[in-house]
Amino acid sequence: MSVENLVPYEEALASYDPVMGLEVHVELGTKTKMFCGCSTELGAEPNTQTCPTCLGLPGSLPVVNAIGVESAIKIGLALNCEIAEWCRFARKNYFYPDMPKNFQTSQYDEPIAFNGYLDVQLEDGETFRVEIERAHMEEDTGKSSHVGGATGRIHGATHSLLDYNRAGIPLIEIVTKPIEGAGSRAPEVAKAYVAELRELIKALGVSEARMDKGQMRCDVNLSLRPNGTEKFGTRSETKNVNSLRSVERAARFEIQRHAALLNDGRTVVQETRHFHEDNGTTTSGRIKDNAEDYRYFPEPDLVPIAPSREWVEELRAGLPELPRVRRARLQAEWDLSDKDMQSVLNAGAVEPIQLTIAAGAPADQARKWWMGELARRANETGTDLAEQPITPVQVARVCTLVAEGKLNDKLARQVIEAVLAGEGEPDAVVEQRGLAVVSDDSALGAAVDQAIAENEAIAAKIRDGKVAAVGALVGAVMKATRGQADAARVKDLILERLGVQA
Amino acid sequence: MPGITREEVAHLARLSRLELQAEELDHFAEQLDVIIGAVARVSEVAGQDVPPTSHPLPLTNVMRADEVRPSLTPDQALSGAPAAEEQRFRVPQILGED
Repeated sequence: MSVENLVPYEEALASYDPVMGLEVHVELGTKTKMFCGCSTELGAEPNTQTCPTCLGLPGSLPVVNAIGVESAIKIGLALNCEIAEWCRFARKNYFYPDMPKNFQTSQYDEPIAFNGYLDVQLEDGETFRVEIERAHMEEDTGKSSHVGGATGRIHGATHSLLDYNRAGIPLIEIVTKPIEGAGSRAPEVAKAYVAELRELIKALGVSEARMDKGQMRCDVNLSLRPNGTEKFGTRSETKNVNSLRSVERAARFEIQRHAALLNDGRTVVQETRHFHEDNGTTTSGRIKDNAEDYRYFPEPDLVPIAPSREWVEELRAGLPELPRVRRARLQAEWDLSDKDMQSVLNAGAVEPIQLTIAAGAPADQARKWWMGELARRANETGTDLAEQPITPVQVARVCTLVAEGKLNDKLARQVIEAVLAGEGEPDAVVEQRGLAVVSDDSALGAAVDQAIAENEAIAAKIRDGKVAAVGALVGAVMKATRGQADAARVKDLILERLGVQA
Repeated sequence: MPGITREEVAHLARLSRLELQAEELDHFAEQLDVIIGAVARVSEVAGQDVPPTSHPLPLTNVMRADEVRPSLTPDQALSGAPAAEEQRFRVPQILGED
């Protein structure tokens, strides 16, 4: 594999204007597949969730899943799309063993939803409108594993093995119109779009949209044209990018790679590319078939879908509060400035904070932990905040322990670290590590007496009425108890011993 | 004049991973040309008032409830497979050496 020639990012943008098209696949959270009653449960043994229909056996007939259609319409409505009055499924024919039927049931020129938009918020608070071309219904493919080659790669494999449990799981493919005018912010727009779309899908309740589980994945189409020109350049399509960070990195990498090719007077090959999480690069996949090579034709085994306007309006009326509206409400509830809310948003902390509050924590405490310790950790490890190995319920429990006076800030921090390190629930950590705040007078008494004895000069000042000096003694006790003492109680005890009224 | 060329048949054969001999290509090109011609004659008969259809029945919105039905057992599912391994369908090499 040759090392790609890259142009520095700023330099690439000085000469070229990126145009993107994003295709996002969302696996719906239905109980059954799109065209048969097989379960969609994850993690089942191979080929235990198949039937004659999803295996493409002769004589079987598909019937569409009503929730699949309903979910597609909801997504379309939430994306401000028009909903087709009449549309059909189509067969997309291709020769590859991931579909036992030898075609994928999809939609071609009659998508169920089309012509919409999604407004996304960039990191500086600016809003960018991404136009939606279409959202259509289709089905997922089976899972291949390649045997005999290096590290499971398809190249050099002697043969491949197929598990068709995933074949037929409902997918909605959401396709943007060409995204123009983003300039140097194109990678950021791509990331913000996928993030907003994920929030939207989750709010609709049609999928958990977990990118790490492949429930949502993004294909990044990107081309460059010389600044000031109109005509689109040749695009590459980076397939199945499966985290927000990777979407941004993939777009950035492709801009730099295309610019290098174009600067050298070479041409960009229209092809699919694979993104590599480990080093942020892409490598060549296959040369893409032309659309006509898929020999699309209307699926004769399925009848057309004609959603009545009554049904569509009913679904529209039932849409939940959408993420943008919800964020505005939460900002008011949490009493945050635009700037603070924007940082919460940029850190991906809206959801964790909201769930932590829902689990009983005060808003300021929930925000403090997610935006402090946990955001820092996510940053350091290059992971999404929501994927940290601690749950909002666990964070809320720590907040409660602090509120009850059982933990102080320093101890709480240790508990959080221990939970992150996999030591179990907060209460178990407190128990095992003996981290509870000591407020028992007999346990604190000795430490207080010692602190007074060792700091006679300070004690004398306090006796003379300089109550403010008590902080130094409290500090000494805290140090002696390795932070476990209840500071307020320690202060009371010291003042009591020295015969001073607080 | 609708029709299909020998080159188009060869291309379709490649997409379908069918290895056709030269004389087969000639033979199929001729046959497919006749079939396409016959279909084209139907299109000539159909006027503007006849909407294109992909389905003979006047039905729309046939849907099923999202309820799990029993699947095949893995043994049943794999019973028609030419080869199986680790409870999976085994297929020949997809791509050669890069």
